[in-house]
Amino acid sequence: MAATAPVPAPAPAPPAAAPAQSPTAAPATPAPNTTPAAAPPPPAAPAPPPPAAPLSAALSGPFPGGRVVRLHPVVLASIVDSFERRNEGAARVIGTLLGTVDKHSVEVTNCFSVPHNESEDEVAVDMEFAKNMYELHKKVSPSEIILGWYATGHDITEHSVLIHEYYSREAHNPIHLTVDTSLQNSRMSIKAYVSAPMGVPGKTMGVMFTPLTVKYVYYDTERIGVDLIMKTCFSPNRVIGLSSDLQQVGSASARIQDTLTMVLQYAEDVLSGKVAADNTVGRFLMDLINQVPKITPEDFETMLNSNINDLLMVTYLANLTQSQIALNEKLLSL
Amino acid sequence: MASRKEGSGGAGSSFGASKGKGKAAATGDSAVKQVQIDGLVVLKIIKHYQEEGQGNEVVQGVLLGLVVDDRLEITNCFPFPQHTEDDADFDEVQYQMEMMRSLRHVNIDHLHVGWYQSTYYGSFVTRALLDSQFSYQHAIEESVVLIYDPIKTAQGSLSLKAYRLTPKLMEVCKEKDFSPEALKKANIAYENMFEEVPIVIKNSYLINVMLWELEKKSAVADRHELLSLASSNHLGKSLQLLMDRVDEMSQDIVKYNTYLRNVSKQQQQKHQYQQRRQQENIQRQSRGEAPLPEEDINKLFKPPQPPPRMESLLIAGQINTYCQNIKEFNAQNLGKLFMAQALQDYNN
Repeated sequence: MAATAPVPAPAPAPPAAAPAQSPTAAPATPAPNTTPAAAPPPPAAPAPPPPAAPLSAALSGPFPGGRVVRLHPVVLASIVDSFERRNEGAARVIGTLLGTVDKHSVEVTNCFSVPHNESEDEVAVDMEFAKNMYELHKKVSPSEIILGWYATGHDITEHSVLIHEYYSREAHNPIHLTVDTSLQNSRMSIKAYVSAPMGVPGKTMGVMFTPLTVKYVYYDTERIGVDLIMKTCFSPNRVIGLSSDLQQVGSASARIQDTLTMVLQYAEDVLSGKVAADNTVGRFLMDLINQVPKITPEDFETMLNSNINDLLMVTYLANLTQSQIALNEKLLSL
Repeated sequence: MASRKEGSGGAGSSFGASKGKGKAAATGDSAVKQVQIDGLVVLKIIKHYQEEGQGNEVVQGVLLGLVVDDRLEITNCFPFPQHTEDDADFDEVQYQMEMMRSLRHVNIDHLHVGWYQSTYYGSFVTRALLDSQFSYQHAIEESVVLIYDPIKTAQGSLSLKAYRLTPKLMEVCKEKDFSPEALKKANIAYENMFEEVPIVIKNSYLINVMLWELEKKSAVADRHELLSLASSNHLGKSLQLLMDRVDEMSQDIVKYNTYLRNVSKQQQQKHQYQQRRQQENIQRQSRGEAPLPEEDINKLFKPPQPPPRMESLLIAGQINTYCQNIKEFNAQNLGKLFMAQALQDYNN
């Protein structure tokens, strides 16, 4: 049972840990509460400050895979969806994160929500449920392991510490992910933390949550799926249909056209002196121009014609086959 | 938040609530005119295939949601583990029940409204699919099967289609009579086996916010596979599959032809037999003897079994799908080739 920050005397040096939101929840008096509360939530404080050198060593050691968390979009969508379906009166939802660990990173690929009850004094998590769900999920993807847990909401509360305790029994050095669905600062901030013990040895120990970098990774098909889903942001009733073949080619080429206009604009700005020239961008542009292959017109004509002929022939064959089976059908029903 | 609950609050069992059943049965029309999918479901299906199904295996899963008027809303899904031989004691039904019960605890719609399956180059019109979809539609009026084509999606655009069995086909399947006469009576051609239901994708506002956030944070470059000109590989494979199917079809036709020939031969034999009988009877009468007893012709000439027509219907349907896909693919590629030509002309 980890207590919160107020107790340790050297308050200024270590970043604030799990500042209690409501004064009544904290076991200590309000006065020491203000010092950690004054220090903004962990991300703002310098993450590995020089005086906390032993802490950074502790981080890179036990935490598997460095300090980068790779997140798939399906996890975020699941979290938001379970938040929308929360019970009456629940301020936030929590759940388990599943994924894989490898030497260089931790990849979160799946998650499920866990019912829990939270009041001012206590928190109850349905651990049986969590175990069951994990078993079921393991049947489908046996390579996924419990990586940590997520919570919606803006900050890390005292209860989070308790829940984190529970998850440390399930996973080695669990990750805590917060998704700010209350949209503070008009942004949905998504942050990940890992915990480390801190405090004065001998006295009450505290827990510190240090932030990790979150990277978003996609499979190729996921990227395409996300691109499509994103279109609902632009439509009035948030509904889109799936488009047909030529429309897709049209929209893809429209996208390329837009990017090309941007590049052209940039080149013109550089030429007219409005923007300082950047060598790396220049090199990329050079590569781009050189990518258009130089072919003699006759060769290109032959290539183009043969390709078009192939496609036309296949279309003809497909049509022929279709008419053939239609004919067959008619004959059989005579 | 609370609005989602009213859909799931109704039936205790998971197969209960076919609210549209009364209306649909009255009109005789299909119960579902549109399928509305949450973005979350799309992402989950993509992820499931990506992680579990490499190669020719199909991955399957269950769709959960609810029915609103004539729209089927799919709000969540969960994957099915693949069949493995060493999992003899694995109980699918139990897995499903457990999953749905757990999901109900977290307020996810636990109404079973369909299933999804991935496909390899568009080959999904099989007997297995027909049977599964029939049992689903029999139990739940509005269920659909979502076919996800990962290869087409990897080429640049999400390929997700929803299918249902037409009411006519449902009738035939109920009878389990697949002989040629029954099918002719029901007037089924391969085109009216499956009907495609249009899909729309809908996201809630909060998910939109999340997507915006993703867009800002993620620095993944735009991918332009859709405009790639390399088509021969995909075309070659599709044509190969098409050829296999056409071969099967021709075999089936040969079988049917032999059956027809047998039937006509038998008719002739029967005719001959009858004529001979009559002649003999006339001769006997002229001689004053009793005519030969009338024998049951059918016992002498057993009629050959008509081959079941379901297989050929399925093959025809599959060939049709292949051809459709190939034509779509070709149309896209022609467009791209003409664009490349325009680009090259401009360069010269």
